[in-house]
Amino acid sequence: MDQILVDITLILDSTVRLAVPLILASLAGLYSERSGIIDIGLEGKLLAGAFAAAAMSAVTGSAWLGLLAGVGAALVFSGIHGLASINFKGNQTISGVALNFLAAGLTTFLGQSWFRRGGYTPQLSGDQRFNPITLPFAEELRDVPVLGQIYGELISGHNIITYVAFIAVPVTAWVLFRSRFGLRLRAVGENPKAIDTAGISVTRLRYQALIITAVLVGIGGAYLSIAQSAGFNNNMSAGRGYIALAALIFAKWRPGPALLVCLMFGFLDAIQFRIQGQSFPFIGEVPVQAIQALPYILTVVLLAGFIGRAVAPKAAGVPYTKER
Amino acid sequence: MTPLPRWADVVLLPLLNVTLAFLVGGLIVLSVGQNPLQAVGIMLYGAFGYGSGFGYTLYYTTDFIFAGLAVSLAYHAGLFNIGPEGQAYVGGLGVILIGLALNGMHWALVFPLMIICGALFGAAWAFIPGYLQAKRGSHVVITTIMFNFIAVSMMGFIISRILKPEGVNSDESAPLEAITRVPQLRGFIELFRNSPVNLTFFLAIAALFFVYWLIWRTKFGYSVRALGNNPVAANYAGISNQKMIMIIMALAGAFAAMVAVNNVGGVQGRLILNFVNGAGFVGIAVAFMGKGHPIGVGLSALLFGMLYQGGQELAFQMPGITREMIVTIQALVILFTGAMGDMMRGPLSRMFFQPDATAGDK
Repeated sequence: MDQILVDITLILDSTVRLAVPLILASLAGLYSERSGIIDIGLEGKLLAGAFAAAAMSAVTGSAWLGLLAGVGAALVFSGIHGLASINFKGNQTISGVALNFLAAGLTTFLGQSWFRRGGYTPQLSGDQRFNPITLPFAEELRDVPVLGQIYGELISGHNIITYVAFIAVPVTAWVLFRSRFGLRLRAVGENPKAIDTAGISVTRLRYQALIITAVLVGIGGAYLSIAQSAGFNNNMSAGRGYIALAALIFAKWRPGPALLVCLMFGFLDAIQFRIQGQSFPFIGEVPVQAIQALPYILTVVLLAGFIGRAVAPKAAGVPYTKER
Repeated sequence: MTPLPRWADVVLLPLLNVTLAFLVGGLIVLSVGQNPLQAVGIMLYGAFGYGSGFGYTLYYTTDFIFAGLAVSLAYHAGLFNIGPEGQAYVGGLGVILIGLALNGMHWALVFPLMIICGALFGAAWAFIPGYLQAKRGSHVVITTIMFNFIAVSMMGFIISRILKPEGVNSDESAPLEAITRVPQLRGFIELFRNSPVNLTFFLAIAALFFVYWLIWRTKFGYSVRALGNNPVAANYAGISNQKMIMIIMALAGAFAAMVAVNNVGGVQGRLILNFVNGAGFVGIAVAFMGKGHPIGVGLSALLFGMLYQGGQELAFQMPGITREMIVTIQALVILFTGAMGDMMRGPLSRMFFQPDATAGDK
């Protein structure tokens, strides 16, 4: 019995760890897409953020400066995206795709030029990373059955970014549905003309959304390289930006459901290697590739409207043009 | 805004955008303390300076023409197909299955069957996003991205669990016999020694002509362009948008699958894990740079073939520069020709028409 509890806690613990970058990237995408800017470029921003964070942290020895650099890199990418899609009224999807390639190319190229380690940044340790925080009483409660285990392993012992990610969910929900900014944000994604008529600048509002997007996804990138791992390696985002996008669609652009979907995708990721080679009743052996593909397949099925219907913000992808 | 003269729109604007992309790329190279001009020189030598280098350039060009056409075809119908990577990968399954079934037979028989079978598999993989877009309204961009990932998982399973023969360590299928493989040009042309360029290259050239004919000289092509320019008008004119979307996506997938004929049938002679290796994504840059026109696609594919082969040479000669610089260039090209393609339009049209000439119209 105890062993099962330990196993479950371990799986849930790694679920949380794996879900953090997805949660941050999903929430990031939420702000952008709710404002009417499609963000295929989450993957690239995550990667750029991870690289900048690890590089800065390796050079300065401070994880906090690393985090700042990660957010900075994401801001630059968001800025280009904004320039292309808000100012030049270009195709937002194409811009996002370009930014993903830009991140993939630049991180490897600059990594090799700066550090000469085949795309890896130097190994980080100590203050160069965000280390686990032990919450108060975690040690004392360890002997309490079940609860002590859950509190000590699952809730305590994560790094600060993890807690930030989980706090960001209710904050986003509040901002989106309870604040004036959130109301305007939702409006500009559905009907920018109405916002413009009300005398609010569409351009300004959309840039504000892109800035929040960059901050969140930049933190997510930093999590990958200086919290979860001890350094950057090539293409370390490995499609998480796309998974986050899938989660966002799955959650129908709402923060609460986005959290649940990210946790579900994180869970799939966590059990992936545990079920390898194991046989299940009725199903038999499940290939690990099937689990890997599941988030993508589920998203396709959802988008096709076979289970529920995901309707994007109405003005997403359409550049706003004032009357000529 | 005053429209530009046609030549400026078709030639000058794209050229300016590409130049801008390369200038920024040069600045990035400069920023890490390397000499971009020296890099260009080495790349040009690597790509055209000697026989097998040139052969490699043409081999990459072959891949990029097909991938570029796969993106262009869909784009003419107003669809952004990000899926050539996955479509080529799944197409590889068709190519290897027919190849292994007829292993040992002469290539003259197998080559056409590889084309057909690969095309069918690639078309099927692209048809599903097309169907979902046409009938269920799910956006083709998201679906094709998802299908790239699904293809990676599915093909990984098929290659490592089903096609991999006993006693082989790496994840790959059984090999095709030499006589069954698409012949490489070095067998006939001494110049191309050691390079993998094969008969598929001529197929790529033929594909360029075919696409020109199809898009600009047939009723079908007219419907495609009508759909791309104005879906409502196309529908009103009696074109079935749904049918066209499905057909054009399937066709795009078939073209993408020719990347597999080049690689699986002509170069590796077996199905290797992740053999597409980004060629499908290069197609996006090629299509935007070439503005979807076969001449443009052919030239851009050659440029990227040069960059990829030259980049290989560069990595040897200048250790400070990796091949990933090419991915950066690719990104800048997509950004400047695709996403910000109209950035220079305003200044350009002001240059062509003096402000006072048009001021009276408004």
